[in-house]
Amino acid sequence: MSFNRALLPLIAFIVLVIFLGIGLTKDPRKLPSPFIGKAAPVFNLPLLHQLENTFTPKSMLGKVWILNVWASWCVSCRAEHHVLNSLVRNNQVNLIGLNYKDEVADARRWLARYGDPYQLSVSDLEGLVGIEWGVYGVPETFVMDKKGIVRLKHTGPVNNEDITNKIIPLIKQLEAES
Amino acid sequence: MKGLMIALTLFFLLNPTSYAAFEVKKFENPQHEQRYKQLVDELRCLVCQNQNLADSNSELAQDLRKQVYKMINAGQSDEEIMEFMVTRYGDFVLYRPPFKTTTFILWLGPFIIFIIGFVVLIRFIRLRKKVVITELSNDEKEKLKQLLDEDKGKDK
Repeated sequence: MSFNRALLPLIAFIVLVIFLGIGLTKDPRKLPSPFIGKAAPVFNLPLLHQLENTFTPKSMLGKVWILNVWASWCVSCRAEHHVLNSLVRNNQVNLIGLNYKDEVADARRWLARYGDPYQLSVSDLEGLVGIEWGVYGVPETFVMDKKGIVRLKHTGPVNNEDITNKIIPLIKQLEAES
Repeated sequence: MKGLMIALTLFFLLNPTSYAAFEVKKFENPQHEQRYKQLVDELRCLVCQNQNLADSNSELAQDLRKQVYKMINAGQSDEEIMEFMVTRYGDFVLYRPPFKTTTFILWLGPFIIFIIGFVVLIRFIRLRKKVVITELSNDEKEKLKQLLDEDKGKDK
């Protein structure tokens, strides 16, 4: 009995260390998105390359699609960009860009320089659509199913592992859904 | 020298840019202003996660302050504004998260730990008092007497 009692502080310490250890493996910037399983927020924004025309997510109904939030001022978007380029080179995906709080000229120049993986980008000058989508850390990536429901949100740059382990399998699964 | 110091102190004290308020907002009435202040105080900035909207100078915080301002002027209630933020950014935007199954440890944890500590303390104190005083047996009394007598003998 007295032996057990002497061990109590040690046990408490080990439990504490385990909890702190679990805490270290978690990224506080990755928040659970309240959008998962809900309809993608609606918007109607001008196309970056054709400002007189607009795009709305409704036109993607019946398709699985990806919305990637990017900006020319965002440094980690540049790191992510070659991943997106190779994603569209090697796979059949519908990738739409949301150009967040950016100057049109800067954004166009950026795409001309680093390549344009997007079917189209829309221009969100004021960042109001960004608020509708709960954007807080560019880049962000959303995957929508054929019914227009958000099924995945990735905050921060996606890397090749995220593409092969998370995004491609999910898209295949969603494509199979009716 | 002293005059310069006073001038500098006054400059920093009175210079409006040294205050935490970043932009000037005009309100229709003091109630609106009060509500705005309270809301941006209770909402968390998601970029700099340990600051609220009132303290943060990040772009997102500025936009969200603008959003709160707009919604107050549009006549929306505090609940509607909170709801707007929570549906977009999740419970994390609230500095006081709601009491739910996922947050009950957050709310009750400190009280549970306090109760455990209190119980342990009470038990500890009780155990310490339990020094049992038992009567000496006849053999022991005899032995004690012998020892005491021996002692007395030495003293003399």
